[in-house]
Amino acid sequence: MLESHSFRRRRAAFPAPRVDELLIADMVEPHSRVLDVGCGDGTLLNLLSTERGVDARGIELSHKGVNDCVAKGLSVIQGDADTDLENYPDDAFDYVILSQTLQATRHPRQVLEHMLRIGRHAIVSFPNFGHWRIRAQIAFLGHMPVTPNLQAPWYDTPNIHFCTISDFLDLAKALDARIERGVALGRFGTPLKANAPWVWNLFGEQGMFRLTRK
Amino acid sequence: MTLAETTKAASQREADEPHSLVVRFGPDQPLAMDAGVSLAPLTIAYQTYGTLNEDKSNAILVCHALTGDQHVASDHPITGKPGWWWIMVGPGRPIDTNRYFVISSNVVGGCMGTTGPASLNPATGRAWGLDLPIVTIRDMVKAQAMLIDHLGIKTLFCVAGGSMGGMQVLQWAASFPGRVFAAMPIATAAKHSSQNIAFHEVGRQSIMADPNWLAGRYLDQGTFPNKGLAVARMAAHITYLSDEALQSKFGRKLQGRSAPTFSFDADFQVENYLRHQGASFVDRFDANSYLYVTRACDYFDLAADYGGSLAMAFKGTKTRFCVVSFQSDWLYTTADSRAIVHALNAGGASVSFVDIETDRGHDAFLLNEPEFIATTRGFLDAAARARGLPPLAGETDKQPAEAAKPASEQTDN
Repeated sequence: MLESHSFRRRRAAFPAPRVDELLIADMVEPHSRVLDVGCGDGTLLNLLSTERGVDARGIELSHKGVNDCVAKGLSVIQGDADTDLENYPDDAFDYVILSQTLQATRHPRQVLEHMLRIGRHAIVSFPNFGHWRIRAQIAFLGHMPVTPNLQAPWYDTPNIHFCTISDFLDLAKALDARIERGVALGRFGTPLKANAPWVWNLFGEQGMFRLTRK
Repeated sequence: MTLAETTKAASQREADEPHSLVVRFGPDQPLAMDAGVSLAPLTIAYQTYGTLNEDKSNAILVCHALTGDQHVASDHPITGKPGWWWIMVGPGRPIDTNRYFVISSNVVGGCMGTTGPASLNPATGRAWGLDLPIVTIRDMVKAQAMLIDHLGIKTLFCVAGGSMGGMQVLQWAASFPGRVFAAMPIATAAKHSSQNIAFHEVGRQSIMADPNWLAGRYLDQGTFPNKGLAVARMAAHITYLSDEALQSKFGRKLQGRSAPTFSFDADFQVENYLRHQGASFVDRFDANSYLYVTRACDYFDLAADYGGSLAMAFKGTKTRFCVVSFQSDWLYTTADSRAIVHALNAGGASVSFVDIETDRGHDAFLLNEPEFIATTRGFLDAAARARGLPPLAGETDKQPAEAAKPASEQTDN
């Protein structure tokens, strides 16, 4: 009757954090309260809670991601950035993070508004559609871009709201948000040395920004 | 006496002389019930598993569902079957009795030793029957709190339970926020829906329509509304399963015959299965008790006690929650659980929410669902770390640290 083998403890393992996740962690004060929207397998949440003593919570759309996270002891709910953020009260968190997810939301503007409302700071990272290689693919090949970071063809991608770094900065302005920190990541996730937004927009594969309400 | 009659007699004895630990509260410690009356004396029958640690910080209260009982992980004294949550509770199980002290008590209104309609009313010398005041989920929880006080436990490490047990978990967290470190409401809802009430009413009417029910005084006459209770169980049992599960288990298969008999015999396997479920249920459960526990669920509406806002029920709570639903559960749906999660988020609570993919319906919470079991283990392990409970020998809390990889390996679209 006892199926003890199926109850054997499996070691909770997390993949190593990516460079962009380490950079996000650097933008977060230790021992703060963080909500990671679209937390995937929980790598960033785990990094924040173990390395920085953060009270880290997550929202994740995929059932598998959620189950993995909770089984590893993380505080994660199955939910949707587009519909679940409205349930959180104002200033519930110090930081609300949206890592590589903005472009997959149905209503990016509302999502960002909620993030700025729920958190004292919002941290957003996203693939930059203004990168020269993406521009070149459209300009010279006449096709929707497919890159190592964005591998799905147009008909099969969950990414329905691509933007450039310049577009994102415009949205932040429209929402009256202040950019506290900004960085663009190059080919291997390393931050670009230049600090000018037009350089970011042309050479950054990803943009990463920390914003706050003015 | 036939075997069934012997079982029945054993079952009725269990109401007053249970095979369980018992605590009796006298007239000096009445239970103030929602119905506006005080219940005394009050008996609570309970089981414990594992050992309470020195600072009494490792106690888990498991709340049972509608027709469950305190025999969570020990054989049922009447049916001889393993405890109803043996898969979750025991040595090495997610609710690990090597590590935690597990308590489970029979609810007020039940029939396994805690005061209920089948228990002797000392004022009359007869079974309480319908003289017992209507019981609510909050009454059940208040009685459990009396037991926990009696055991000298201030804060429960965790309160966990499914279905009606999950309602008690929610009530515990709302009524005694400082006494619940972690909470696992499973396959449950913060209020009974119209459809939930409707199904329960079918069950109650079925019992009351049985001529042997005798307006609830059947025990005085040595009779029992077996047919009514069995039909109530059959109807309820359908709601515990899913359409897919019934279809894959039985389909339209015939029972021990190759062609329909053109009669009202149980031609179909599913009919035979339900009849068996009904017949075996009446051996172990009291019909009046069924009226009381179903009514308790119907009256449950946690938000109503907090000005209509479920979030207010959990405002500022420090309890860590893990809400679990099952995708094919149409009795207490994923949407019901999501409503709880939204309220907990709005109340600022620490909450995890897992929706388990399964076709086994509501009953999935009693079965071997690996993802559910892993979830429970992970949630409790993390809560135990936060509570400062020492890990079991041979285990460490450290996650393996690995070097960072470049971002180019990601595939995010």
